[in-house]
Amino acid sequence: MSLRLDSVGVVHPNGRRALAGVDLGVAAGERVALIGPSGAGKTTLLRVAAAGLRPTEGGVTLLDERPWSVSARALKALRARVGFVHQAPPIPPRLRVVTAVLAGRLGQWSLARALRSWVLAGDAAGARDALARVGLGERLFDRCDQLSGGQLQRVAVARTLYQGPRLLLADEPVSALDAATADAVLRELVGYSTASGATLVASLHAVDLALRWFPRIVGVREGVVMFDLPAAEVTPERLAALYAGDAGGGVAQAVKVPAHRATMPLASA
Amino acid sequence: MRGVTAPELRDPSAPRRLAWAITALVLLWPLARLAEFRPATLFDPANVGVMGSFVRGFLPPAAEPEFLLELLQATLQTLAIATAGVALAFVIAVPLAILATRSLSIAAIGPAAGRRRGQALRQGVRTLMVLLRSVPEIVWALLFVRASGLGPAAGVLALAITYGGMLAKVYAEILESADARPARALLQAGSGRVAALCFGLLPLAAEELVSYTVYRWECAIRAAVVMGFVGAGGLGQLVDLALKGFVPGQVTSISLVFLALVMLAEAISAVLRKVLA
Repeated sequence: MSLRLDSVGVVHPNGRRALAGVDLGVAAGERVALIGPSGAGKTTLLRVAAAGLRPTEGGVTLLDERPWSVSARALKALRARVGFVHQAPPIPPRLRVVTAVLAGRLGQWSLARALRSWVLAGDAAGARDALARVGLGERLFDRCDQLSGGQLQRVAVARTLYQGPRLLLADEPVSALDAATADAVLRELVGYSTASGATLVASLHAVDLALRWFPRIVGVREGVVMFDLPAAEVTPERLAALYAGDAGGGVAQAVKVPAHRATMPLASA
Repeated sequence: MRGVTAPELRDPSAPRRLAWAITALVLLWPLARLAEFRPATLFDPANVGVMGSFVRGFLPPAAEPEFLLELLQATLQTLAIATAGVALAFVIAVPLAILATRSLSIAAIGPAAGRRRGQALRQGVRTLMVLLRSVPEIVWALLFVRASGLGPAAGVLALAITYGGMLAKVYAEILESADARPARALLQAGSGRVAALCFGLLPLAAEELVSYTVYRWECAIRAAVVMGFVGAGGLGQLVDLALKGFVPGQVTSISLVFLALVMLAEAISAVLRKVLA
């Protein structure tokens, strides 16, 4: 079991409840998409799964370890094996692309190696390979502030691929990308998962992408898992219920879903 | 009702902001009285006349060759005191700042079990930083000069202690005011503190850190001059001698050197910021 959440609940310090009674088990190598209206708790769930947020209730098992019971050193080593693609790429604009990608392995490197890579790009070849997978191989020595928002997000994906995690978590990894690039990036994430046997859990705003790339779909609404089904069993009715009353045209979006699926071949062409 | 904002639209922070503004005014007024701050005295006609003749005595600047040689030596000594002092202060400040910066706390992620210990450690480091900078460098310099008979070395030590505390405090605050997310993301992926600092925080804060450090070096030059009055050598000692011997022209020459030094610091800062931008 790569990831196991047992009746996990999260109440933020301000008293707002983000998750309640979430049970979720993800086997090694499995690919799971989290969908649901905005504010449903998808990001919180992923942060709990990344050992970045300690749940106020319930238990977490990550790659067969219990992150909140082990020593600080073991927690650090565990975190180095978990990759996270953030919704907003957490990359300082003044960093060079190569350095931003190399930062993916800081959890595995000694301080001396890290400082060497900081001054002079150490493993430039490795960084270029990771960048080439997201179509940015030739931007190796550019500064990140010369990239567009979508390109920066792809650098963040390259960083996580370079890290080589056993469990890859992605929070809206393609929300800043156009349809064709989003599809290509998901192909790389899924390709990494199948090639290395790593588990992939991603939250996605676009339901059509979730259904296309992920065999298993988890619907989250108001901090609760509404359904946990194979992609084929996710019906328009379930989606309508999941997104019902979502502010900003959530209903329209849910109704739109089948249409999206119908136009899929066009979008990817 | 017209002119009355609906209760739910009222800015919730408005009363607090108003309270702060009033508090600031209430505190500042008695302070200005206490400091006998009366700008009108400066422009009193009687005072203006006295000041005018006083100022005329300072021209022209002294330029005798032997004095200029002395001035050069004193300038180099002051620069050496300031630079060595700030270098030592930097060595003291960097580890303290890394320990005190909240954005580099690993235990804060989660939060993990060690958070309380981390908070206590940070509090301890902050207290140490206060202790280091609470005694003015001039007092340390006096102590060292009297106790050990040191000359310029007393100035270096005094600067290292006080400026170590100052640099650490401001470094930590500059680092905390930068966007914490890049460093936090690295820590969440298992990175160590120093690596997260280099890859996540320094790229955001380097410019500000460098400009503050150069500014502090400039302040250290002035502090080194002041410490010269109590026997720590350099330009301060020269000013002291010039004033005691009543050679106002020399004071003017020395002041021109001060001006040149500050301009030098300004230029260095500008170049470094350009390089880092």
